[in-house]
Amino acid sequence: MSRRHLYVLSAFLAGLGLAVFLYKVVVLGFPLQPEKKTQTWRVEVRMQFEAKGGPAKLRLNLPLGGNNLAIIDQNFVSPGYGLTMGAGRTNQTAVFAIRDAHGPQTVYYRALVHALRVPDESARAPVPELPQPAMEGAEKVAAEALVRAARELSADPETLAALLLKRLKNSAADDEAALLLGPQPSIVKLINVAADLLRIAGITARPVHGLTLDPERRGAHFITWLELHNGTEWVSIVPSEKRPVLPPNTLRWWNGRLPLAQVSGGTGLSHSVAVSRSYEYALDAALKQGRKLEQKLVEYSLFGLPLQTQSVYRSLMVIPVGILLLVILRNLVGVKTFGTFMPVLIALAFRQTELLWGIVFFVMVVAVGLSVRFYMEQLKLLLVPRLAAVVIVVVLTLAALSILSHKLGFERGLSIGLFPIIILAMTIERMSIVWEERGPVESLQQALGSLVVGAMCFLLMSVPTVEHLAFVFTELQLVLLAMILLLGRYSGYRLTELRRFRELAR
Amino acid sequence: MRQLIAVARTLRERGVMGINERNAHFNLVYNERFRYPLVDDKLLTKELAINAGAAVPRLYGVIEIQHQVQSLAAMVADYPDFVIKPARGSQGDGVLVVVGRSGKSYRLADGILINQPELEFHVSNILSGIFSLGGQIDRAMIEYRVNFDPVFERITFRGVPDIRIIVFFGVPVMAMVRLPTRAAKGKANLHQGAIGAGVDIATGRTLTAVWHDHIVSEHPDTGNTVQDVQIPSWDKLLELAAHSFELTGLGYLGIDIVLDRDLGPLILEFNARPGLNIQIANRCGLRARLDAVLAHRARLTSIPERVAFARECFALAS
Repeated sequence: MSRRHLYVLSAFLAGLGLAVFLYKVVVLGFPLQPEKKTQTWRVEVRMQFEAKGGPAKLRLNLPLGGNNLAIIDQNFVSPGYGLTMGAGRTNQTAVFAIRDAHGPQTVYYRALVHALRVPDESARAPVPELPQPAMEGAEKVAAEALVRAARELSADPETLAALLLKRLKNSAADDEAALLLGPQPSIVKLINVAADLLRIAGITARPVHGLTLDPERRGAHFITWLELHNGTEWVSIVPSEKRPVLPPNTLRWWNGRLPLAQVSGGTGLSHSVAVSRSYEYALDAALKQGRKLEQKLVEYSLFGLPLQTQSVYRSLMVIPVGILLLVILRNLVGVKTFGTFMPVLIALAFRQTELLWGIVFFVMVVAVGLSVRFYMEQLKLLLVPRLAAVVIVVVLTLAALSILSHKLGFERGLSIGLFPIIILAMTIERMSIVWEERGPVESLQQALGSLVVGAMCFLLMSVPTVEHLAFVFTELQLVLLAMILLLGRYSGYRLTELRRFRELAR
Repeated sequence: MRQLIAVARTLRERGVMGINERNAHFNLVYNERFRYPLVDDKLLTKELAINAGAAVPRLYGVIEIQHQVQSLAAMVADYPDFVIKPARGSQGDGVLVVVGRSGKSYRLADGILINQPELEFHVSNILSGIFSLGGQIDRAMIEYRVNFDPVFERITFRGVPDIRIIVFFGVPVMAMVRLPTRAAKGKANLHQGAIGAGVDIATGRTLTAVWHDHIVSEHPDTGNTVQDVQIPSWDKLLELAAHSFELTGLGYLGIDIVLDRDLGPLILEFNARPGLNIQIANRCGLRARLDAVLAHRARLTSIPERVAFARECFALAS
């Protein structure tokens, strides 16, 4: 009875999931594979600030387009705010205004960006009159000296700009360049100074800020580069030795020295940007036929959520896939691991660090933690304080590894802060107990098992097709659920038991 | 791959039971959840056994909260040797066997000396639950150290050997003697490296043994053969085992018994999820024996009937 019940339930869940899946693929035409090259992106900027009370005004620069990218649609989510759009001399702006605002405020801007096949003409746009930089005294002398030296060694505006950038970047302490740049100049400051110098040289130049569009990017950052007019068209110069050209699909957003957004009547303005590929084109056919049901289906799916939240679910939705693998490895293969779901958490952490570095960091943290734990054995601490002490050691180890790898230039090291700290501490504690009670072999075996299972889960979870299917076809989770329910009644041998009982099979 | 399938098929034919099968078809079906605490907590088990008139190692004292750890020294002052156990420990973890004193230090079964603070630290660890199932806070019990019957002297390396009997609906279906080794640090636990010698249910004579999933016929440390040792008072052991069904209400369980030189068989503990290596020790799958019990379950009501059934059905076919 209970077996049949289980089969019926599993068949129902799997059938339901597959039916919706097929409907979405066949009728709605959802893509089965993640697109390698996307033509359409959704960009979302979320701005937050603390209103002081009373009138508040937020001025936001809007994307300009250009570089073969066009803004085909944009909208604003700003409940209670009045919106005015304006075009400045060089920038597009939107102003959100409200008579009376209290507490934290959130305003969204969303744009749909499309790649054009034919280059647009923005490169030939008219040259605006840009004011000469206001410099006096020593600064003016230093600037003119730099320009004079560079002009001697250059042929045209492009080479002059490149030379000036190089000179500024290699400035020694106390020389002219350092005077203009000030202490610890950022890349933005460097570009601002270069633009000033070019203007002194009589060349129209300006700093430009933009966004490189990736297929998926939460927490995207603006990059800044230099644009100058060489007499016939605008040219972009990127101050990077590694990649001196603008990355493809870089959306020009705004010009000049002002920040992306400014607020009056509020404080603590912060913004975050998310980019994702847009699936709308795939749904066009169905939506254009005006069928209400499909429209609702899309609206009430994960696509109806804000982009930031969508990105979170993109990670969340692959967890069940990892869990399924974990169930198979534990109940069908018989791999021993620490903690039931620890390997999946490890796999999630690996998503940030990449596999190799993830494993290296994991081994280092556990090794350090374990040595400290063995040392603490002598101090005879009670369990909870001891665990707490291990947690602190783990946190410090992570911080040290981050700093060290940053200094050595491994940017991957920065993301290990996302390692599951508490889980690591518990693992270390558990490992040391097993080490003492059953010996180091058993302990290392289980640790290795956890690591291998974690790595396998990570590899599976990071297959782009798996991620795509799990996110776009949420209903497949029901199929996974059905599979796990069926596995729950598997009562045959585990693979490792065939080895364990091999003497009995002789 | 084909080889693996062949192995699986042979094991299936011989009725060898895997963990998944034990969990799905026996533990989940015949052991009700609410009865588990009775056997997971050794203090409750002891109480149960005493009320039923079964012999258990005498309890010297219980430490329940950190503050009481101070009284440990006074608690054991009168006893030259004793055992400290976590009440909810599993697989022998956290068991400390003190065999004597040397000055102010305690001598453990594996010969190591530890001092008072170290002993107290161990008890603190037990209380905080690092040895218990699921890590809940625990109690430490201090009890009589068994003076084991010399019958296993030649095939034991320190520690106390015990006898594990798997009982299904009150019928003893399979048994083994667990013999401590050097690797197991004097503990009678197969996971920790002890060996387990199979036992003929009909006669109580030992068979070959399992050591780390291998079949052996000699004790790895003493070199003496483990075969053909007659377990004394085997009838009594079978009766104790059969009685454990009424005691705990668990359909499928393992019972661990020690043989004391002076006191005879004492119940150490019950186990609701007994290990499966007993099959290697007896070179025999459990499944056929369990099925035989299921088939005759209705008529096996009294303890003598069940013991007789076991001796008749599970005798070695030699």
